[in-house]
Amino acid sequence: MKFELPITVRISQVIEEANGIKSFLLPCQLKAKPGQFCMIWLPGIDAKPVGISYQTKDHIGVTVCAVGPWSKKVCELKEGDLLGVLGPYGNAFQLEGKTVVLVGGGYGTASLMLLAEEALSQKLTATMIIGAKTEAQLLYRKRVATLGLGAIYTTDDGSFGERGTTADALARILKNQKVDSVYVCGPERMEKKVAELCRDSKVRSYISLERQMKCGFGVCGACSLDDSGKRVCVEGTIFPGEEVLQMKEFGQYHRDSSATKHHF
Amino acid sequence: MSELSITLCGMKLPNPTILASGIVGISRASLTLAAQGGAGAVTIKSLSIEVRKGHPAPIILTYPGGMINSVGYSNPGIDNVGDEFSDLTSVGVPVIGSITGRNEDDYKILAEKAAALNFSALEVVLSCPHTPGYGTMAGLSTPEKTEAVTRLVKDRSRVPVFVKLSPNVMGLVDLAKAAEAAGADAITAVNTAGPGMIIDIVSRKPILGGKIGGISGRALRPIAVRCVYEIAQAVKIPIIGTGGVATGQDAIEMIMAGATAVGIGSGVYDRGITVFRQVCQEMQAFMDTENIKSLKEIRGAAHEV
Repeated sequence: MKFELPITVRISQVIEEANGIKSFLLPCQLKAKPGQFCMIWLPGIDAKPVGISYQTKDHIGVTVCAVGPWSKKVCELKEGDLLGVLGPYGNAFQLEGKTVVLVGGGYGTASLMLLAEEALSQKLTATMIIGAKTEAQLLYRKRVATLGLGAIYTTDDGSFGERGTTADALARILKNQKVDSVYVCGPERMEKKVAELCRDSKVRSYISLERQMKCGFGVCGACSLDDSGKRVCVEGTIFPGEEVLQMKEFGQYHRDSSATKHHF
Repeated sequence: MSELSITLCGMKLPNPTILASGIVGISRASLTLAAQGGAGAVTIKSLSIEVRKGHPAPIILTYPGGMINSVGYSNPGIDNVGDEFSDLTSVGVPVIGSITGRNEDDYKILAEKAAALNFSALEVVLSCPHTPGYGTMAGLSTPEKTEAVTRLVKDRSRVPVFVKLSPNVMGLVDLAKAAEAAGADAITAVNTAGPGMIIDIVSRKPILGGKIGGISGRALRPIAVRCVYEIAQAVKIPIIGTGGVATGQDAIEMIMAGATAVGIGSGVYDRGITVFRQVCQEMQAFMDTENIKSLKEIRGAAHEV
């Protein structure tokens, strides 16, 4: 029987991914599926949901962007420091068809990396669109090049790759070639645009949602969605695009740790 | 075919399983999810006067004895739930409100504000074991406080009032009697036990963000059954037996101890959100085998006549 208790391990490697974004490799076996997340516990401080961005036989890796008090503290950690791991949690991406596109915005790209590796091992035709505000925030450029994945980079300011959004790049791909399915993780407004694009092009899409999560296993209710009540941590985080577009709160609002609503 | 429907304080419930407070229940939608999972009634996550973010995570852990939680009453505050809890018809089953305060004045205000919402009943929580300023930590688990708070809430409520008690006090029966004397319509027994603590031996720190937490699930069940049994001997009002119920057999046991309905909380973790339907099916199977026609036949059956 599995228990929801952290496995506390020493960080085996810290990778500087981009400006203010680091990955932490942790010696533990989770057998996580692409798109799953864990709760990462900074002992004595707090735990937060983080997508699993690396996985080998005996390691996982998580990518953390220093945005709040917890993530800033985590980003100060060095090799040998302790982190606790709970999980893996959530459902997983399922690859469909032969030609797939993965669309990652900001640190959302992290949750697509295991899927990218899976698509390559299944010898699918996979394109990855990675977007950020500016070059310094683009993730995994070296890793993507090493993997041999077809990649398109977009930046809002045009400092690297195409100037514009991931949705612009996807629109062009959908216009020019047959795509079987699209997998998305990023800021919600970007996800909405991408889901709408896919709907209009009649291409299946799968969207990973982010909501306030406190337990990770469906008990606390913090991530329950309107109006279905579905819990992002159990019934999600990944939902079909058509379903996501029907959700009352998608692209509109989310709840904070007191369950108070905030509009995007 | 055996009959699972019950009447609890005038409310018609399709079955005796009730979503316990604190499990999902933050929104109308999350209550609907539990109702679709088969719950006969659902209880909201407790509302306080102030906006509360709750304790840092981890807030819930499981271990071989069940579950330990230190959620810390996160909620948007009773002033901010008008949209959420005004029209509750879409939930499909009765919705029980839940309020938690620091003192009598809080409960007076909470009861008045809750009366403007559309709950079918109102649960008064006097028994959280792990949130400073609330429940047992605020000294609310005494017969005097129980009676005073129950009376204040009862005077301001248009709907039945349930009083939720702690298993962590000596003289629990006196609390139940005090609640009954002050007009409570039912007793919810029990809240979580403890508080307890789990320490991570690698980092040498308590794991729960709130350090201490209430214990529920497997470890709590025999305690809860004993509490319900004792309360049933002392009061005439119905009891919602809560604590570690995860199977139909557990629910039957609780009813034989004297409960009219059963609360389910940690069971949602053990068996998923459809735990309510699973429990009902198992109750029905047992009742059919034992030729029990209705729950009334077995309520309190464990007591000597």
